[in-house]
Amino acid sequence: MSRTRYTRHLPAAVVAAGLALALAACGGSSTSADGTAPSAAADQLNPNADLSKQSLTMSIWPDYSPKDLPQQVQQKLGFPLKVALHDTNEMAMAKLTANADSGVDVAFVSGQYAQALNEQGLLEPLHPELIPNLANLYPEAAQLSFDKGNKFSVPYTWGTTGICYRSDLVKTPPTSWNDLLTPAPELKGKVTMMTTERWLALPALKVMGASINTTDDKQLGQAKEMLVKAKDAGMLYDDTTFGAKLDKGEAALVEAWDGWCPTTNPKIKFVVPKEGSDLWSDTMVIMKTSKNKEAAHAFINYILDPAVHSWVAENILYKVPNKAAMDLFAKNNKAMLDSNAPLQMTPAELLKGESIVDLGEASTKYTRLATEISANQ
Amino acid sequence: MTTEHDIAPPGAAARPTTGRAPRRPRALGGAAARLAFLGPGIGYLIVLLIVPLALIVGYTVFRRGRFGGVVYEATTENFTRLFDPLYFDIVVSSVRTATLTTLIALLIGYPTAYVIAGLPRKWKTIALVAIVLPFWTNFLIRVYAWVILLSGPGLVNETLTGAGLIDEPLQLLYNQGTIVTGLLYSYLPLMVLPLYAAIERLDPQLREASANLGARPVRTFWSVTLPLTLPGVLTGCVFVFVPCLGNFVIPEILGGGRSIMVGNLIRDQFLKARDWPFGSTLALAVIAVLVLLLFVQAWAARINGGAEDRRA
Repeated sequence: MSRTRYTRHLPAAVVAAGLALALAACGGSSTSADGTAPSAAADQLNPNADLSKQSLTMSIWPDYSPKDLPQQVQQKLGFPLKVALHDTNEMAMAKLTANADSGVDVAFVSGQYAQALNEQGLLEPLHPELIPNLANLYPEAAQLSFDKGNKFSVPYTWGTTGICYRSDLVKTPPTSWNDLLTPAPELKGKVTMMTTERWLALPALKVMGASINTTDDKQLGQAKEMLVKAKDAGMLYDDTTFGAKLDKGEAALVEAWDGWCPTTNPKIKFVVPKEGSDLWSDTMVIMKTSKNKEAAHAFINYILDPAVHSWVAENILYKVPNKAAMDLFAKNNKAMLDSNAPLQMTPAELLKGESIVDLGEASTKYTRLATEISANQ
Repeated sequence: MTTEHDIAPPGAAARPTTGRAPRRPRALGGAAARLAFLGPGIGYLIVLLIVPLALIVGYTVFRRGRFGGVVYEATTENFTRLFDPLYFDIVVSSVRTATLTTLIALLIGYPTAYVIAGLPRKWKTIALVAIVLPFWTNFLIRVYAWVILLSGPGLVNETLTGAGLIDEPLQLLYNQGTIVTGLLYSYLPLMVLPLYAAIERLDPQLREASANLGARPVRTFWSVTLPLTLPGVLTGCVFVFVPCLGNFVIPEILGGGRSIMVGNLIRDQFLKARDWPFGSTLALAVIAVLVLLLFVQAWAARINGGAEDRRA
């Protein structure tokens, strides 16, 4: 069990941190501010290319893919796979944008990062005819607002943010983001929120009925007021260890990403508040500079194989947007699925969440908001 | 600690050459040898100190890039932002926290070092090892240990409620006091060690002489011991103050993320806000404060050294 927990939390932490960084920081350059996305033209690819002459380098978070993936790829697809790691989206961006050719063929980054990379013309448009396994995806997987129709990214995992709580320490189960922002008096000192900009603002914005991608100063000002009030009333902040705190009973009610809520403890429950939440996704993208684009497509196609993709749900406890893989997972891991409410969420439920998109230069407003909340004493 | 050697009295460099006149014929070989010995050190300083510092200084005048890095458009905006009350107040409150921690460390560290310096040789070693011992454990683990000690269901509260001293667990974590405690715990050894070195070096005969001349112990301390160990005091203070000011882990873990120090602010500019230029500007501001401190320390050490010379 402990092994599972470890594998589950580490990548989750990393992903989350990455996501967070991403959102916080996607300040746009002047080129993207006017909204003109210099999307790159597709290369001519040869569907019958000899893959054994190619080789692939992917960049991914640690422990986010099977350890033996390179051997599998060599065996099944016939070309070598080199795995490079990045701890956060931020580091991936630094790597992918620092030089003209990063040497990376396939990168795993969160959706809004894929969007930003595409706006810079750094991504190869996907050739769906080379990825027949796209058919395994839920139709909802093509509805993600950073890339409708999967033109340049294929979602690898997806999920949402909600309230994770101890059913034995909370008198009435939470249903609203207000239960987090203005908690019952007996919960004082036992409630945490995330500090990462976009998720810090999320509960307040949702309570107001605003978009979590808003750049309206008045709305953000209102959100700030609510968050300052919550802090004055004793709110604590935690981006990484809230699961462990719940487990130990140090915290009773926390804002959490679905995959991070340790529902393996039967006293811990997860709920998406009625005002709604976000929909995050980590995606696979192919770099424009790749010289192995046929192999890259074959690789993505291989990942979308149900037997391969279901590894993620089994080992990281993240939902994958792959119907065939989730069906296979449900068949083989009934007990695990039954005890894990976040894993049971349907794509339709997930899609009610609003995707966090790259805000370009306006993202600095969220950074400032977060600093203002932290600095408020 | 090295600063006092860095600042040589005027003319100091000229002195040795006259004394070494007979060695002139070997000067060339000497220069080569010097270069061979100095080379690695100078190379190290250039690569790991000068170049990064130059980058930081360079970044401060440009705009942030979309993916991190900088856009080479000159601006003074980063410096005007320093005086935005939002950021300025964070810097001021960090300096306040670091100063408070340093003062408490001095009040605890001085008597500790004094007692250790007076111990028999064997116990001295044991005491010094005990002071350094915590450094053998990873810093993060030690900080988390405090969470386990102080949390609601933690060791301290369990003990107190178990003993019937309190009914409700105390809220010991996540406030300014916890942050100062954590910083103090982490950096106290850096105060004790230089103080110990200074006190240990002190000739016991000076104190005996003071007593012989009729000074009471308190007078001896204020007039003899403290002035002579002042360089150690200042070194210890700088050693504690500097890492306190830059720390961002303790406010996050022991402060419950409820307060932010300048270390967190700088870290966030690079890892979250992707604002390298402003992060660099903040870092430069902190460096400026610290350099100023080092000058004060060097100056005090020199005054003190001068006093010693006169006595000699």
